[in-house]
Amino acid sequence: MAAVAPARRRKRRSIPFGRILLLGFFLIFVLWPLYWMFNTSIKPSDDYLTVPPVWFPSAPTLVHYKAALFTYRGLDGLINSLIISLSATVLSALLGTLMAYSLARYNTGGQHLSFWVLSQRFLPPIGIVLPVFLIYRQVGLYDTHVGLIIAYTVFTLPVSVWMMFAYFRGMPKSMEEAALVDGCTRWEAFWRVAVPLAAPGIVAAAVFAFIACWTEFFFALILTSRTAFTLPTVFRAFIGFQGAQYGEAAALAIVSLVPSIALGVLAQRHLVRGLTLGAVRG
Amino acid sequence: MAEVKITGLHKRYGTFHAVRGIDLDIRDGEFTVLVGPSGCGKSTLLRTIAGLEEISEGTIEIGGEVVNDFRPRDRDVAMVFQDYALYPHMTVAKNIGFGLKARKMPKAEVETRVGEAARMLGITPLLGRFPRQLSGGQRQRVAIGRAIVRNPRIFLFDEPLSNLDAQLRDEMRGEIKRLHQDIATTMIYVTHDQIEAMTLADRIVLMRDGVIEQQGTPLDLFERPASTFVAGFLGSPRMNFLAGTLALSGSVAAIRLSDLLLPVAPGRNLDGATDGQAVLLGLRPEHMTRARGEKPAEGMFRQEATIDLLQPTGSRSYATFRLSGAPVMAELQAHDVSRPGESLPIDINMSRASIFDALSERAL
Repeated sequence: MAAVAPARRRKRRSIPFGRILLLGFFLIFVLWPLYWMFNTSIKPSDDYLTVPPVWFPSAPTLVHYKAALFTYRGLDGLINSLIISLSATVLSALLGTLMAYSLARYNTGGQHLSFWVLSQRFLPPIGIVLPVFLIYRQVGLYDTHVGLIIAYTVFTLPVSVWMMFAYFRGMPKSMEEAALVDGCTRWEAFWRVAVPLAAPGIVAAAVFAFIACWTEFFFALILTSRTAFTLPTVFRAFIGFQGAQYGEAAALAIVSLVPSIALGVLAQRHLVRGLTLGAVRG
Repeated sequence: MAEVKITGLHKRYGTFHAVRGIDLDIRDGEFTVLVGPSGCGKSTLLRTIAGLEEISEGTIEIGGEVVNDFRPRDRDVAMVFQDYALYPHMTVAKNIGFGLKARKMPKAEVETRVGEAARMLGITPLLGRFPRQLSGGQRQRVAIGRAIVRNPRIFLFDEPLSNLDAQLRDEMRGEIKRLHQDIATTMIYVTHDQIEAMTLADRIVLMRDGVIEQQGTPLDLFERPASTFVAGFLGSPRMNFLAGTLALSGSVAAIRLSDLLLPVAPGRNLDGATDGQAVLLGLRPEHMTRARGEKPAEGMFRQEATIDLLQPTGSRSYATFRLSGAPVMAELQAHDVSRPGESLPIDINMSRASIFDALSERAL
């Protein structure tokens, strides 16, 4: 429809009806589950499954939030998740950047090391979780923050390394070489020239790592118990033999979205800024 | 300011032998141009001087000191890169002052020197901008500013003009030459462009396949090329090469083309040459002119020519004709010839001609 719209109408920037319709459908498709989740989180328990459905509760309530955060220890899970995910993200971005730089600039380990790094993700997690569990029990990392931070760092590192590897590979060497000739040590050239230029890539890798950690369920389920449990593991309590706690589940899901969205909004500015390799060529 | 002395330099990348034994002395304050076709090792040689490439064998001395194991920062050289290599996340002022800051110079002095360099290059109004906001020529100036602000012992240029359009290239070429006249620091400049080499250099080092083919002043190389490679590389349009044999009888020598006998200018040294030796006669287009007067002057060989192809450039006309069956291009005055098919007498200046052994392609 857009294609046949008369030129004059286009000039006035009126949006064709077809496009509005399409975007409308898409918006509903994306937002409907979120709306329903929020709706459920503030509904009284009796309204969960009524026919016809309650589109908006007449008496919204926060009891599910209270129960999810305190009775079911959702708040502890949230705090644990924040500590563990942020720590693992920072470690993964830091180590990933260093390793990727080394691989990209020094060809460390030849062709094979970089591939070996990626190959760590070829194994389904279930293949290693039992040995890891046994090791963790032996060395005292079971149900500790440190234990899960280590696991998540290892788990996210391959993707971080590969994202940063591609980024550094695409960056011309000459700027770092100019820095070396200008008077920098190898480390200064990395820190003062390569890292600032790679910032958008580092941020992107960090966002990926954070989301992976934040939503991880399986390792957390096996490797933690009553101390270092994370937010996703709390959800398992909502499905009991006496029925499902829909309201509590929805409330906790809403809470768990907040950090992800905040991070997305923060990081977007950096991501959109994108490559600033304007110094090269014309 | 410093001289550079390179002895027995080799550079290998795995099995690839990029630089194969270079000996080179560059005098203090000299403008040396390393020139050659791509892949001849000229950039590699430059990068080994900067310390960006380790060398496999040999020594590099700067100012009388062997710098083989020196880090780039400790060699006190500055380099201008082909892609300018400006730091995109820093302003022009920060870019220029970066090297000084990295060397822990006091802030006030950095500012003074950046200001001076910017004034010298006419980029003062750009100091607050970022590289992405600059044109190619402006970026080039910033890159040069970053080099001169440090007042290094040696300037290295790695094809600095190859990303600029033709007009800007001519302009910047002039500026680099002027810069050298003003600050008289040793400069080593890599290019594949023979015009840049000829116009800028005090000395040209012409490289091929990792070795030096010939070095000397631009006119040395232009007028007395050591090989057909050098002769063909310098000069545009290219030198004409004609296959023939040497005819020696006593002290008189001539070159026999298929149906012509061209006398070699008397007094020319042909030691070691033999009668009947296969040679290549090298004639530059500008050494052929439209004949004037009754008789050719001393050292000239006159020949009637029918022009096949005419390429006027305005100031000159490139005329192609056949000399003893082989196509030859001459650079004539614009009005010497008006259309293809025209016949006219051409004087060939045999005293300027080059003669090469056909087999070794080295000059006789």
